[in-house]
Amino acid sequence: MDGFSGILLILLSSILVNNFILSRFLGICPFLGVSKKVETALGMGFAVTFVMALASVITYLVQYYILVPLGIEYLQTIAFILVIAALVQLVEMALQKMVPALYKALGVYLPLITTNCAVLGVAILNINEHYNLLQTLVNGIGGALGFTLAIVLFAGIRERLELSNIPEPLKGFPIALISAGLMAIAFLGFSGLV
Amino acid sequence: MKNKVKPMAVLKNGMFTENPTFRLVLGMCPTLAVTTAAFNAIGMGLAATFVLVGSNAVISLLRNFIPSKVRIPAYVVIIAAFVTIVQMLLKAFVPALNESLGLFIPLIVVNCIILARAEAYASKNGVFASLLDGVGIGLGFTGAMLIISTIREVVGKGQFFGMSLFGDGFQGMAILGLAPGGFITLGLVLGLINFIGLKRKKKGAQ
Repeated sequence: MDGFSGILLILLSSILVNNFILSRFLGICPFLGVSKKVETALGMGFAVTFVMALASVITYLVQYYILVPLGIEYLQTIAFILVIAALVQLVEMALQKMVPALYKALGVYLPLITTNCAVLGVAILNINEHYNLLQTLVNGIGGALGFTLAIVLFAGIRERLELSNIPEPLKGFPIALISAGLMAIAFLGFSGLV
Repeated sequence: MKNKVKPMAVLKNGMFTENPTFRLVLGMCPTLAVTTAAFNAIGMGLAATFVLVGSNAVISLLRNFIPSKVRIPAYVVIIAAFVTIVQMLLKAFVPALNESLGLFIPLIVVNCIILARAEAYASKNGVFASLLDGVGIGLGFTGAMLIISTIREVVGKGQFFGMSLFGDGFQGMAILGLAPGGFITLGLVLGLINFIGLKRKKKGAQ
């Protein structure tokens, strides 16, 4: 798993095969919460991509340059969640100052990302898989793109569901979950790819 | 102090009225991910309950000292500390469970149920009530996961807690053990609960 082909494999696997939402069950809360409209889903997807790419790299540095040398790997969970929370705050402030247009588009979704388990999940996965820095970055971006892909597709489905005639007890969450399940079945088709 | 706490009412509220999985639809990631087997579901449920009880108690004790502006980071650190304890305990005493839950143990930190209870309950109520609330919500979460995992394990694999139920000839619905099965089972169970709720409401109206 070295060189360009290795990187490509990680990217492909994190977008399609091990899709964060549909096969790893990470980030289900925003997936169900912010997927009523395609535009908001797209906004959330971009915000997550941004934060996840940054968070993967920074948590990698924290792990190998702070926690490991000091022999305090057991504080990983606390350290990572603090890093992510601080990062989200910083990103929010930086965007507000420097790219107000982007801030306006992402604004509402940024604070929600702290509790998006996909971000903490990708950070811990990278460490567990012993990825190097480049692979970590690629896995972060790939995972986030997979998240975006799933949430946008799902929002498209939900927009259609709004108009359809659904049995009363299944309205809302139940039918959304069942459609997500059908989507996950479709994504199972990628499983032989890598 | 406010009026006396009714222990049974607080417990019942957590387990049924405000069941985190079925009524509030919180904490979906672990609910879907670890419910492939009933044993995992119980392990996850108890781990989350421990964290919930611990963090609820500590947050309730500190509720008058934490400035409200930094309360969320403070809560997160307290929760993360308890998660680390659980992680170490599981690694030392139940390594098999630690292996099968894997990533989802550290992810208890970002389980919205725990932060939601800290914010909505522990920061406003006394220690005893918060402890009970933690137990109630935790058991509600465990119970919900147990229901889902039982369906997935029995129908998907023909097993219950790893024991074969129907003999060797049984062909399970393998899809229920895979990722899509989690979504579909939870969707159907939620639908069923809504169905019962609607029926009751209709009866009440007549």
